[in-house]
This record gives sequence, C-alpha cells and structure tokens, in this order.
Amino acid sequence: MEKGKATIDYKNAVIKIHGLEKAFDDYEVLRGIDLELFQGENLVVLGRSGTGKSVLIKIISGLLTPDKGSVEVLGEDISKLNDRQLQALRIRIGFSFQNSALYDSMTVRKNLEFPLVRNRKNITRKEIDTNVESVLEAVGLSQTINQMPSELSGGQRKRIGIARTLILNPEIMLYDEPTAGLDPITCIEINELINEVQQRYKTSSIIITHDLTCAKSTGDRIAMLLDGQFQRQGSFEEVFHTNDARVKPFFDYNFIQ
Amino acid sequence: MDTIESTPLPQSRLRRRGSKLKKSFTDFFLSLYNINKFIFRFFREAFMPPYEFKEIVRQCYEAGVRSFSLIALTGFIVGLIFTKQSRPSLSVFGAESWLPGLVSIAIMRALAPLVTALITSGKVGSGIGAELGSMRVTEQIDAMEVSGTNPFKFLVCTRVLATTITIPILATFFGVVAVIGGFLNVYVNEGTSWRTFIQQFFEPLTFTDFSASLIKSIVFGFTIGIVGCYQGYYSTKGTEGVGKAANGAVVTAMFLVFIEEIVIVQITSWFR
Repeated sequence: MEKGKATIDYKNAVIKIHGLEKAFDDYEVLRGIDLELFQGENLVVLGRSGTGKSVLIKIISGLLTPDKGSVEVLGEDISKLNDRQLQALRIRIGFSFQNSALYDSMTVRKNLEFPLVRNRKNITRKEIDTNVESVLEAVGLSQTINQMPSELSGGQRKRIGIARTLILNPEIMLYDEPTAGLDPITCIEINELINEVQQRYKTSSIIITHDLTCAKSTGDRIAMLLDGQFQRQGSFEEVFHTNDARVKPFFDYNFIQ
Repeated sequence: MDTIESTPLPQSRLRRRGSKLKKSFTDFFLSLYNINKFIFRFFREAFMPPYEFKEIVRQCYEAGVRSFSLIALTGFIVGLIFTKQSRPSLSVFGAESWLPGLVSIAIMRALAPLVTALITSGKVGSGIGAELGSMRVTEQIDAMEVSGTNPFKFLVCTRVLATTITIPILATFFGVVAVIGGFLNVYVNEGTSWRTFIQQFFEPLTFTDFSASLIKSIVFGFTIGIVGCYQGYYSTKGTEGVGKAANGAVVTAMFLVFIEEIVIVQITSWFR
C-alpha cells in the first residue's frame, strides 16, 4: 500500500533537535542526534530494538531530560520550560504509547474524556460528548464507548489510544511502535489510520518502528537510527537502496521475516 | 568444582564485600533522600490549586468505606478477646471491676490506632502500591503526564490525603466497636450494665489520651499513604516490580508505624 500525497511545509520545522545526547549509567543511547520534523510531515524513525528510538520521543515530549543538546518543539526550547509551561506544550503533542497505556479502571468514554475535562476547564457536557463521539468515529470504534480496556483487542486498544491523543487536537503526533504485536491485517488498518490522522487533523508525526511495511506506508521521510546516531535519512527507496554494511542487514532481515 | 586458579583470593573477596556494603550504604541514603524529596513534593503540590476534591472523595471511599467491615470485625474481636484474656490476671487480685478501665486504656491509647494502621497498611497500602506500580509499568502514569495532567497531584496527593483523613476515622470506629466487644464480655461474665461500663471506661481517660491517639492515627495514615505511593510511583522491572511495590508498601509502612508508635508514646508520656 502506497502513501497518499501529503502537504508538507519544508520551511517550517515544528521540531528541531541539535546535538542530542542521552546515556543511562555508562550506556550511551543517543550520541549526537540532529533532526528536523517539518509541518505536515510523517517522519519514520527506523532502528533495531534498544537503539534509543523510544528514548528520542520521550525526550521530545519531556518525559526524559537530555544530557546534552537542544530540543525545540513548536518554537519552545523544552529544557527552558517550567512545569506549567511544559504541561501547556504537552497538550499540543499527542503521544501514542506502544502498549496503548489506556487507564484500566476507566471505560473507553472516561479514557477519552479524561484529558479533555482536565485541560478545557469551561467545557460543557454536550461539547465533551460531541468530541468523544467525533474521535471515536475517526478511529472507527464508536461501538466500544462503554467498554472497559480489558474487553478490547490489541488493535482496538491501539486505536482508542490514538483517539485519546486526538481529542485534544494535537499539532504533533508521536507514535511509539504503533504496529508492534498486531496481526498483518490490523497493522495495515493502523497504518491507514496514521495516514488518515495526518490528512484529517493536519498533524506532523514521528513514527517509531522497526516494521518496514509500516515505514513504507506511513513515512514521507525515513531516518535510520544506528549506534545512537542517524546513519541515513531520505525517502524509503533512498534509505532502502544502500550498500551501507550497517544499514543493509536490517532491510534484508526484515524482508526474510 | 573450584580450582586453585578460580578460587578468589580472600583479599579480593573482602574487597568485593566491601564494595557491596558501600553500594547498599549508598543506596540506603539515596532512598532516604528520594523519599524526603517525595514528601516535600507532596506538601508543595497538595495545597496548591487546582485541587482534586472529587478524586480525594473517591479515594476516601476506596480507602475508608471499603475497609469498614474489616475494621468492625477486627475491632469487635480485639475488644472481646482482650477483655477475656485480661480477666484472669485481674481476678487473682479480685479486681475484675477494673476491667473496663483497663480495656479503655489499652484500646484508646494503643490498640485502636495501632491495629487500624496495621490492617490498613495491609489492605490499603498494598493496594496503592500495586495500583500505582502497575500504572507505572504499563506507562499509564506517563500517558497522564503527556496529556497535560499532573500525575503526582492526581494520583499521589489524593491518595495520601485520603489515607490521612480516613485512618483516624477508622481508628475511632475501631475503638467504638472494640468497646462493644469488651462490654459484651463483661456483661456476660459480670452482668455489668452498659451505663456502669461506660462510666468506668471513660474514668481513667484524659484529653491527652484522645489527642495523642488522634495525632498517632493522622501520622500513621500519612505514612501508609506516602509509603504506598512512593513504592508504586517509582516501581520498575515490570510485573515483578509491581509485586515488590505492593510488598514494600506493606513491610515499610508497618515498620515505620511501629517506630512512630514508640516515638509518639515517648513524647506523650512527657505530657502526662
């Protein structure tokens, strides 16, 4: 499945990362990352497990602090923000977690209402219901509104997780392994949903994955993360057709799989 | 089997033990620092707007109302058994009439706050540890944070306030039920009326006893909440971490409750 044409503004970078470094104890995960995400773009970050892909988006969302380097999100340097400012910035960023991270003790409706009620102080009951129904319809799961997360399948949980982030109309979406642990058909559905979100909500996204099908169908640009640095960046074909001995085995292995 | 070459020299063993000891020593002080930072953060955030009244009420219901039946049962049995077991010692001196006074001192000064705290550390503290621990390992706390909600305020402050509010109430309830248990035993054996029992029950008690018990319960409630939340909030290592958080919440809270009991009893004795 090929990706449709996206409207990307290459003059306007919504995320600018320069010289980013992060280590856990003695293990250096990120070693000098430079990256720009443009308005309306879907950027796929490919790489093996443990290469720091998730660490990268956790730094972007302020869940982790970098050891070195600067991270500018929507024009704000996140290292200079106080708690309140960071909280305000996070509302503009949607984060879809690998295991969906739905609140177990709440129904789907409550899960979706939670960020809305807490961030829009004067919202009416009618507006809440309209928003909840709208995002549920966008992810195609209107019938699950009163179900508990434990009653949903893996694919449904992923979709509800995405819906929960969409309810605040984010400008940037961060997807952490959106197709991990799903069957091939559901993977295709999730890939289509990511593209739909880009078109419908005009979001710029970073998609963390090691699934080449997901990368090919959702990415406008691919960045290959190896040994804590981006080794190659470009379109899927540009990254894929390479003789680089560090990059090639990743693609060969994926296709054998 | 160890060969001569593979057997470590006593000196290097000592060095290894020394470095292990140094590490546990450092870890101990590091955890002390972290828990103090956690407590400080609680006081900084709990009393600053926006307030989470609705969630505090919900947590009070979870911690308090759901524990009433267990506290009632334990309180009744403790009152009954304590009276029954104390009778033979008093009857040696022919002093059975002192039973209500003895029961009142034991229950009001020590048993009501202490037993309530121990029961709630097992029931509520472990629940808090396990709940927050599983929320941490399944990234629900991170999800809350990235959606513009302060998870510390929503999850930690509400739970700690709830245990601090409900445990004194539960301890009072425990005391009332234990009195009923004690009275039943005295009534069956000595035929003492309710009025006489209550009169003798309150005779030896002073304002210091009530206020010390109340302060104790508040301190115990705060301890149980903060320990449960700390263990859960910083749990790691997946499901194993959740189990450890629940276990750590109970063991640490019980240990601290006993230490606090000793300290408060000592302080109270200066005012008597």
